Amino acid sequence: MSGANPTPRPAGEPPLVQTVGLKKTFGGLEAVRSVDFSLDRGEIRAIIGPNGAGKTTLVGMISGRIGPTGGVVLFGGRDITRVPAHDRAAMGIVYTFQITSIYRNLTVFENVALAAQRRLARGVLSGLSMNQAILARRVDAVLTHVGLRDSRGLTAGSLPHGHQRLLEVAMALALEPAVLIMDEPTQGLSPEEIAGLAALIRTISRSATILLIEHNMRVVLELSRRITVMDRGTIIAEGTPQEIEADPDVQRVYLGG
Amino acid sequence: MRRGGGRRVPAVHLGILLLLLALQFVLPPFHHGMVARIMVLAAYATGYNLLLGYTGLMSLGHAMFFATGMYATGLAVYYLNVGAVGALLIGLVASVAQSTVIGLVTLRTSGVAFLITTMMFAQAFYLSILHFNRFTGGDQGFILTGRLEPLSLGSLTLAVSAPAVKYNIAFATLAVCLLVNLWLVRSPAGRVLIAVRDNQERTRMLGYNTFKYKLLALIVSGTLSGAAGSVYALLFSYVGATFASVLYSIYPILWTLLGGAGTTLGPLVGVSLMTYIVDITSGFTSSYMLVVGLALVLIIMKAPAGVVGGIRERWLKWLP
Repeated sequence: MSGANPTPRPAGEPPLVQTVGLKKTFGGLEAVRSVDFSLDRGEIRAIIGPNGAGKTTLVGMISGRIGPTGGVVLFGGRDITRVPAHDRAAMGIVYTFQITSIYRNLTVFENVALAAQRRLARGVLSGLSMNQAILARRVDAVLTHVGLRDSRGLTAGSLPHGHQRLLEVAMALALEPAVLIMDEPTQGLSPEEIAGLAALIRTISRSATILLIEHNMRVVLELSRRITVMDRGTIIAEGTPQEIEADPDVQRVYLGG
Repeated sequence: MRRGGGRRVPAVHLGILLLLLALQFVLPPFHHGMVARIMVLAAYATGYNLLLGYTGLMSLGHAMFFATGMYATGLAVYYLNVGAVGALLIGLVASVAQSTVIGLVTLRTSGVAFLITTMMFAQAFYLSILHFNRFTGGDQGFILTGRLEPLSLGSLTLAVSAPAVKYNIAFATLAVCLLVNLWLVRSPAGRVLIAVRDNQERTRMLGYNTFKYKLLALIVSGTLSGAAGSVYALLFSYVGATFASVLYSIYPILWTLLGGAGTTLGPLVGVSLMTYIVDITSGFTSSYMLVVGLALVLIIMKAPAGVVGGIRERWLKWLP
């Protein structure tokens, strides 16, 4: 894998997320072929690549939504390949969906409360009695952060598309992620909304590592310090934005040379 | 769909319970007994609705839970001469155990497969009752009349078969089931159940072990249903295999859909409507189930969310 050189990191600290020989086949199709990927704490990393490159499948295996055909996923040096998705979310690996995936019939408040109460709950039965005031304070803090405080009582399905995307981000934030995986967060947003979301991602990155799948190159170049390029199930390049723009392999994939 | 509602929600529920409590003083004897029966069956439907309406799981085997409570209680009275309270406790323990085991197995499936596996277990349970007819009386069942010691509250002795006692025990059963259901669905855990119903995959990615939540819902649902079965056996002094048959698995679906799935008061409304529709029409025709069917078609066309669901959609958005 050309250009897959690891980022410098403090000696002794393992990468926050690492995959070794990770692969996934759907029927006869090799969506991800033996990928070695590593992400350090504090990064904003973008994964780019043409449609069908295996980006969503790769992050799906990191978040646990998709079970791998082979290989290993490590989180903070610990093997989590067999840890179910819900436990990974509780460990801090949080995924926001490519297609907005909110609870349309519930209110904005309840959507975020579902995420926030997961942080407060220690088990199924602790959800029977919980300090509602503490919960409400946390929810309101997150809603204020993303700018949805005024919509807290509205039904989520009635929000405009841009606000639904923000609600999706708010739910992820309420889970207090260690690593936040965002799958095409700017899809379908207006230029103003994109600028707002980029600024929001930047503030989130102060407390969380961010892994971003994104097609909008302006957003990618503005936010990320390192970029991983995938094509046909493998990583073909990795480096700073300048290195990526100069990479002949990347130019071939993108310009069809 | 919780939209706050504040104090109005407990007020409405307590108001309806008070109304039912007061009804016993004005109802003529026939309707007095009928409402007592409705309240026990509404407790059963309330348990069912927790699973169908709030967790999104359609079981076609709930007669098994109703009958588990009924038979555990009935057999304890019949063979062991246990008193009403002890028999009720035995029914509860059996219901918890039964729904835990059944839940652990059937919740590995979902959708139609869940419907089929719950139905298969219920059929196996029903056939077991027939098979062990030496103990269970087979499809004729057995009668508890005369075997139950009167309840004694201090100096007061109350015969369980006395109409007033019957009515108030039925009322207490419904009240407990209704309030447990209300409390659960308005708790943070209940919010997770609703989330599982609306989008299970998303809920998993929020860090919830959805299997455990579905198991919780099934155990509470099965236990409320079983409690209703226990009380039914005690109040009406009869235990029979009909109550374990598929018909009694279908009834709670109809009651819940008619009254409004996913509404706390829907099951009570559904049971009341259907019981009275059957009662009134069976006076005119023997094909009264046809009328029930027509009523159901009408409801689905005019108010697909059921009676209480329709009321919530149109007027009272805060109803839980």
